[in-house]
Amino acid sequence: MEETAILDALKERFPKGVVEASVPLGDATVVIRRDALLAIIPFLKEKPYEFAVLLDLTCVDYPERAERFEMVYHLFSLVTNKRLRIKLSVPESAAVVDSLVRFWKNADWLEREVFDMFGVRFAGHPNLRRLFMNDDFEGHPLRKDYPLRKRQPMIQLRK
Amino acid sequence: MSSRLQTQARPDSLLINMGPSHPAMHGAVRIMLELDGERILNSEVEVGYLHRGFEKTCENRTYFNLLIYTDRLNYVSPLINNVGYVMTVEKLLGLNIPERAQYIRVLMSELSRISDHLTCLAAMAMECGAFTVFLYNMKAREFLWDVIEATTGARMTTSYIRIGGVRADLQADYEAAVQKGLAETRKVLKDVHGLLDKNKIFLNRTRDIGVMSPENALSYGWTGPALRSTGIAYDVRKAHPYLFYDRMNFDIPTGERGDNFDRYMVRMREMEQSLRIVEQCLAQIPKAERGLMVDGMEPAEAIRAARTQKPDRPIKLSPNLEGSEKAVTKDILADDRRVTIPPKEETYTSIEGLISHFKFFMKGHGIRPPKGEAYLSVEGGNGELGYYIVSDGTDRPYRLHLRAPCLPLLAALEDLIKGRMLADIIPTFGSMNIILGELDR
Amino acid sequence: MQGNFITTRLNAMLGWGRKYSLFHYPYVTACCGMEYMSAACAHFDIDRFGAGWTRFSPRQSDLLLVIGTISQKQAPVLRTVYDQMTEPKWVIAFGACAVSGGIYDNYAVVQGVDQVIPVDIFIPGCPPRPEMVLDGLLKLQDKIQKTKQDWRWKKQQS
Repeated sequence: MEETAILDALKERFPKGVVEASVPLGDATVVIRRDALLAIIPFLKEKPYEFAVLLDLTCVDYPERAERFEMVYHLFSLVTNKRLRIKLSVPESAAVVDSLVRFWKNADWLEREVFDMFGVRFAGHPNLRRLFMNDDFEGHPLRKDYPLRKRQPMIQLRK
Repeated sequence: MSSRLQTQARPDSLLINMGPSHPAMHGAVRIMLELDGERILNSEVEVGYLHRGFEKTCENRTYFNLLIYTDRLNYVSPLINNVGYVMTVEKLLGLNIPERAQYIRVLMSELSRISDHLTCLAAMAMECGAFTVFLYNMKAREFLWDVIEATTGARMTTSYIRIGGVRADLQADYEAAVQKGLAETRKVLKDVHGLLDKNKIFLNRTRDIGVMSPENALSYGWTGPALRSTGIAYDVRKAHPYLFYDRMNFDIPTGERGDNFDRYMVRMREMEQSLRIVEQCLAQIPKAERGLMVDGMEPAEAIRAARTQKPDRPIKLSPNLEGSEKAVTKDILADDRRVTIPPKEETYTSIEGLISHFKFFMKGHGIRPPKGEAYLSVEGGNGELGYYIVSDGTDRPYRLHLRAPCLPLLAALEDLIKGRMLADIIPTFGSMNIILGELDR
Repeated sequence: MQGNFITTRLNAMLGWGRKYSLFHYPYVTACCGMEYMSAACAHFDIDRFGAGWTRFSPRQSDLLLVIGTISQKQAPVLRTVYDQMTEPKWVIAFGACAVSGGIYDNYAVVQGVDQVIPVDIFIPGCPPRPEMVLDGLLKLQDKIQKTKQDWRWKKQQS
C-alpha cells in the first residue's frame, strides 16, 4: 500500500522517535515520542514528501491515562496528495509540547486554541494566549473534568 | 490583561477598535488596530465571541442527536456540514450508502455551495457599497432555498443528511423546481458579472488588495476558494473524491494574483461549475423504484387495524415527515437497523419495529461505532471542512473536532492588512467569507 | 375631561408615529442573521411594515434586534450597545438562542438575552422563518401602540 511508504520511511529514519505506525481506516497514522517532534517535522516538510500544509492540530484528553493529553496533527502534502496523522502524548504534570509556529503560520492560532481548551503549553510560541475564551476564564473547558454547564459570566446577569 | 497591541504600540499612533459589533464584521470579530493616519501599522484579531462550546456539547450528545449542531457550524451551507459529519461516522462504521442517496447528497451539497458563495459575495459587495448586488444575490438564494425547503422541510437548518443516507426522498416535482432555481441563479450571476466585473469602485477596492502568495497561503493552511485564488488548484472534490464527484465533470477555477478580486472571481466561476454539477446530477440520478406515496391508509387507521392483524395496505405519510415510507427507505437509507430508524409503518404496526425504534433511541444504545478514530474532509463553502472523531465504542463520540476552513483564513488577516489603509479591511475581510459559527464553534 | 381627551389622542398619535418608524439595529451574531437577511431583502421585505431603515449605530436606532447566540464573552458588548441606545427603545430577541440559549445549554452561552437586557418580544424558532419575524414585528407594533407613551416634555409622575 502506498500509505505505508511514508510510515516505513519514518520508521527507518527515526527508529527511536517512532513508537508505532499503522493505517487505521485508511488514515496513515504515526505515534511518536514528543521529543522527536522537532526532528521529524523538517524531514516531512522536505522532499520527497513535502507536507506543506498543516491541516489541523488538536488534542484529546484521556484522564485515566498516565500521559493524559494526546496531541493530534494532520498534515497534507500537495505533491503526493496524501494525508498523515501524527500523534504524541503529553503528561499533565509537564504539559509542554514544542511549538510548530516556525514551520507553519496557522499553528499560531491552532496552538492557542489547544492551550485555551486543554491547557497544554507550547514551548517557543510567540503569543500563547487564550483564543476563544476571555483571559480571566478559569479552567480549560474541553478537559473531561470541566463540567458542561459551568458558566463563568463576565458581567452581573439580571434576575 | 492588556493585549499585545496595547503594550507594543508606538506612543504617537492611534489605537482603534473595530467590532465586535460592527456591520462589516459578519457577526462578531474584533480587530484592534494601531493606526498612523489611515494606515494600519499593526493589528490584532480577537475571536471567540461566538464560541458556543460545539465540541464539548458533542461529547455529551449521541451520534444521532448531535447532527443538529453540525447544521449550525457553517450556517450558510448547512447541508455540506451534515455531509461531512455523517460521512465521518459512516467511515467509522464502514457503511455502504444507496446510490440514490449519494446523488441526493451531491445535489444538496452543490445547491448549498451556490447559496454559500452567493451570500458571501452579497455581503462583500454590500460592504463595498454595491447594495443592488446584495438584493439580487439574496433573490437567487431564495429560489435555491425553495428547492431545499421543498425537499428537506426547512430553509436553513435542515438536518437532512442522516447517518446511512438521507432523511426523505426528493419531492415529486423536484426537477422542475431545481431547473427554475438554476435558471434564476444564472440570470443573477450574469447581472452580477455586469455590475461588478468592470466597476471602477469595486475594482479599486479589490484589485491588488489583500494579496496572498501561494507559499504563504499554504503555510497558513488555506484551502478552498481562497487557496485557489492564489493559483493552486486544490479541491477536495478532485483530490480525494467522495460521494460521486468522480463521476461529475467539472473544472477547478483558479486565480492568478490571490487578491480580493481573484477571490471574488473564483467564487463566481465556482458557482457556474456547481450549476453544471447539479445539472449532471439531475441527469444521472437513478429513478426511485416507485413514485412517492400518495394513497394509502391514514396513520391512525393503520394503528387501529394493527391491533387485530397486520395491515396489508401501506400507510400514507408525507415524504417530508420524519422517517420515510418503507418502500422508499431502501432507496435512500442503508439497510442496517443498527444505524437507521426503521420506517414508521414498522414502528407503528409491528413489535419488532417498535423494539428496533426504541433500541435506536435508548440511552447507551443507538449508533455505536467501533473503537477508533477517523478524519474525513469534504469541500465546504470555504475549503476543506474536516471532522476528526474519536470513538470509544459508546453511543457518544469521545472527542469530535472540526477542522474549520475559516480559522486559517482569519489567522492570515493580520498579515494581509498590515501597511494597508483602514478601508481595505472591509473588502479583504468580506472576500474571505468568515463564518463565525464554524470558526469559533 | 377635556384634558384627558387630548392626552389620549396625543398618546395614540405618538404611538402611531413611533410604531411605523422603527429604525432597527441588527445585532447579528450567528445563524439567524441569514434569515434576517432574507426578511430584510426583496422577497419578504420588512420595509413594508415600516422597519426598513437599518441603522448600524445604536445611537440612531430605537429597535434592537438581538439575532443569534449570545455567549458569555459577548454579553458585556450587548449591554453596552443597549445602553448606548436612546429612549424610547425596544428589544426583540430573534431566534431560540437569543430567547433561551436554544440548543446550546453549556458553559459558553447566556441562557436567554433577557438575562442581559430587558426584552419586549421573543421570536422563537431555530432560526425563525421570515414570516415569523414579520409577525413578531407586527406584535411589537401593537405593543408600542397600546403602551402609554413617554414624552419628554411631560412631568414625570411619582
